[in-house]
Amino acid sequence: MRAAFPQLDLVLIALMVLCVATVASAAEIGQIKISRGQVTVERDGRVLPGPVGTRLQTADTVKTGADGSIGITMDDDSLLSAGPNSVLSLDRYAFDPTTNKGRFDASLNKGTLAVISGRIAKESPDAMTVRTPTAVLGVRGTEFAVSVND
Amino acid sequence: MVCTLLGACATGTVVLLPEKDGRHTAVAVKQGDREILLEEPYAATRVTPVGPRAYRSSAQEVESQFGPALAARPSRAASFTLYFVEGKDEFTEESRLVVDRILSEIALRPVPDVLVVGHTDLVGSDPFNDALGQQRAETVRSALIRLGIPQSDIHAISRGKRAPAVPTADGVAEPRNRRVEIIVR
Repeated sequence: MRAAFPQLDLVLIALMVLCVATVASAAEIGQIKISRGQVTVERDGRVLPGPVGTRLQTADTVKTGADGSIGITMDDDSLLSAGPNSVLSLDRYAFDPTTNKGRFDASLNKGTLAVISGRIAKESPDAMTVRTPTAVLGVRGTEFAVSVND
Repeated sequence: MVCTLLGACATGTVVLLPEKDGRHTAVAVKQGDREILLEEPYAATRVTPVGPRAYRSSAQEVESQFGPALAARPSRAASFTLYFVEGKDEFTEESRLVVDRILSEIALRPVPDVLVVGHTDLVGSDPFNDALGQQRAETVRSALIRLGIPQSDIHAISRGKRAPAVPTADGVAEPRNRRVEIIVR
């Protein structure tokens, strides 16, 4: 059978690569590298503390208190950092480290956010967005800052 | 403010920051059907209930508005390259010194994670080179674990032939492209 379908091997390899990429994106997508003052992570309706070293997942919402700030390194080397009284959601994240292709949508609901975009935006200029309650930022690269007032 | 109660007219700003190495960069700010493209350092827009308003920000304004967020930026990823003695599973003399620098860089970071990225030259197909790059990365990962880097903090991936250090035509053998990159972040 295999000899009759030489392309089957390629299909299987492609499927395996896809599985690995999917598993990776469903689990850890980034890590809290800097955490100061009050920082919490909301995941599946639960509120968790957000100390340095916390691994983040898709759909996590990170909140900082009046004395809080946070720095996050994503898997694609994007750097996100938020100041006090901020609410930042990692809405959608997919990244294939082999091809650098992916998708990253984050939203800042309030507060301040500084961004250095990473491999996803570098590979595909329309693949990263940051939303605020009223605007959508298309990230073509690389460093910018966003604020959302109450 | 009435509009805060309605939750519909949050205002804010977007500022394009200068690039570390002066590369061209841009952010498109879209509000409804209006779009403002920020292309110069400190090009900025206010997001207002009546649409985006372009203006020019400054280093001082950015510092006063975004100081704490900028102060919380994680260190940028640091990248190192290791080469093998030809045909051997052994670092070159020079690369041995690079390993020391990698270990110091790791020690500098509060919660280091290390990415080992295998690269190949442009001989062969993508699937072949993806596997070969992965194999090279795994070899280096094991070596770094033996040097004391915790297993859970170090991951091996392959870019195959997609990111050659020295661009060549497809099918060209090039030793400088057979390398492993270590990213510490």
